[in-house]
Amino acid sequence: MKPPHAKATAAEPSAVNAVHDSSTRSFYEADARARIAGLLDRASFREFVGPCRRMASPHLTPLDQPGAFDDGVVVGEGLLRGRRVLIAAQQGAFLGGGVGEVHGAKLTGLLERAVTERPAAVLLLLDTGGVRLHEANAGLIAISEILRATLAARAAGVAVLALIGSGNGAFGGMGIVARCCSAVLMSEEGRLSLSGPEVIETVRGVEEFDARDRALVWRVTGGKHRFLLGEANLLVADRIDAFADAVLAALDGLHESGDSLVALEREQTRLSQRIADYGDCRDGLEIWRRQGIAEPERLPLLDTAEFLAAAATRGTPCN
Amino acid sequence: MQLMPLLERLFPLGHSILRRDDVFSGSARTAAGEVTLIGTANRREVGIDDALQLAAAVLASTREHPQRPILMLVDTAGQRLSRRDELLGINAYFAHLARTLELARRRGARLVTLVYGEAVSGGFLSFGLMADQIYALAGAQIRVMDLRAMARVTKQPLDKLEALSRSSPVFAPGVDNYVRMGAVESVWQDDLAAALLAALARPAEGDRRRERGAERGGRTLACDVAAAVRAGEA
Repeated sequence: MKPPHAKATAAEPSAVNAVHDSSTRSFYEADARARIAGLLDRASFREFVGPCRRMASPHLTPLDQPGAFDDGVVVGEGLLRGRRVLIAAQQGAFLGGGVGEVHGAKLTGLLERAVTERPAAVLLLLDTGGVRLHEANAGLIAISEILRATLAARAAGVAVLALIGSGNGAFGGMGIVARCCSAVLMSEEGRLSLSGPEVIETVRGVEEFDARDRALVWRVTGGKHRFLLGEANLLVADRIDAFADAVLAALDGLHESGDSLVALEREQTRLSQRIADYGDCRDGLEIWRRQGIAEPERLPLLDTAEFLAAAATRGTPCN
Repeated sequence: MQLMPLLERLFPLGHSILRRDDVFSGSARTAAGEVTLIGTANRREVGIDDALQLAAAVLASTREHPQRPILMLVDTAGQRLSRRDELLGINAYFAHLARTLELARRRGARLVTLVYGEAVSGGFLSFGLMADQIYALAGAQIRVMDLRAMARVTKQPLDKLEALSRSSPVFAPGVDNYVRMGAVESVWQDDLAAALLAALARPAEGDRRRERGAERGGRTLACDVAAAVRAGEA
């Protein structure tokens, strides 16, 4: 086994500074490549089917939509604090991180590689609204393939982690994929759900969901609410190195072997209990109050450490 | 086609279902043995309660008869659009349903889907699309969104999209497009009971949708791109 790469470079002050700079910056503000560079040990990343292959989507040109040579997702392998990982990062700025034929096939191929390569983990840095509507049918099928490949990798004993701390969050079919992973790591900036608030407002009306009420959107889909509900396993500060710490924390004590009948029956009970406990709620505030958190209105204002301290006072188990 | 006449044509030897609203589960007899049934009717918008009801039926089938095939009968207009369902984590409920189906497959159950009405987006992703083989009736409809909504999102004139959809299967709704892209194995007509028996007799072969999409010319890149990444090509 190789020694941790970080130790190998520790003798060079300039290199250490470079690593420090890129890893302490905001995960939210960074783009896909900067997130990978900040998470992985310096110069350890090797990209698969990178931009030099010019594997752009063929379905955008007829719609006069410029393509991208990586089709909006960067995939490859590298070392995270010495551990060999496969990693994928979606480019949220390119068509909202939408999944099309090529984009989806890169993710599926990476998850399939995990079965033979057996890395310490597959990291999915999600930044997506789900299906790319310009190639909707291909995107829907691709997400179904990603979903099955995620579950297959886990059944083969490889942990798959979803990292969500980006502008688009993880919505649509990729929100389903996130919860098919071994664990979900979020920052409070991250959002995780299925239908976008704009879609619900358009179809059901503003009284059902006011998509412009950002505080409300956050209380329904944001990282803090998902953590309090037990949907995110770990909540971290918005720093790339905090996500790296969380990956190691999540992998410690995780022995992936796919879902068992006992585990899924427990999940069935947990999700049923959640409806019994909170099925009449329409705002995160109501749920947090029922969880016994004092002054739930202040939760959105707390920084991550203060929030985690407040969350630890929950009287009822999170469902 | 309506659910009751469909069940009669699929199962001349008899069936028994429990239906709550437009979500049902149960079992049916075929010449090849019993099958578990789960599904939706009347273009049901699938919400968190529905996903749990379907997952409970899959778990019960896996617990009591792990080898018994599961037939999914799909008629859904998509996921329920509701703030309450999003608040409680509808994506987690859908993921749970998908995970119960994956467990059933790994415990030896064949998973077969028949789209007999509509199959739209999220509601379809978490159950019907999890099958080893997916079939559709000729009159069925599969889509992510209709072409008019797509014209709005992509800021393209509708007539241009209509023209493009004649040459490309990737965005326009329709069963035939999903057949070309490899997601739907074939369209069933006439003797549905015989078609089901033939589907149940086929060996499970993993997820071969990309290969079929390439063979049929509807999805020409996915198979090769995934293979290149799998091989670690630069």
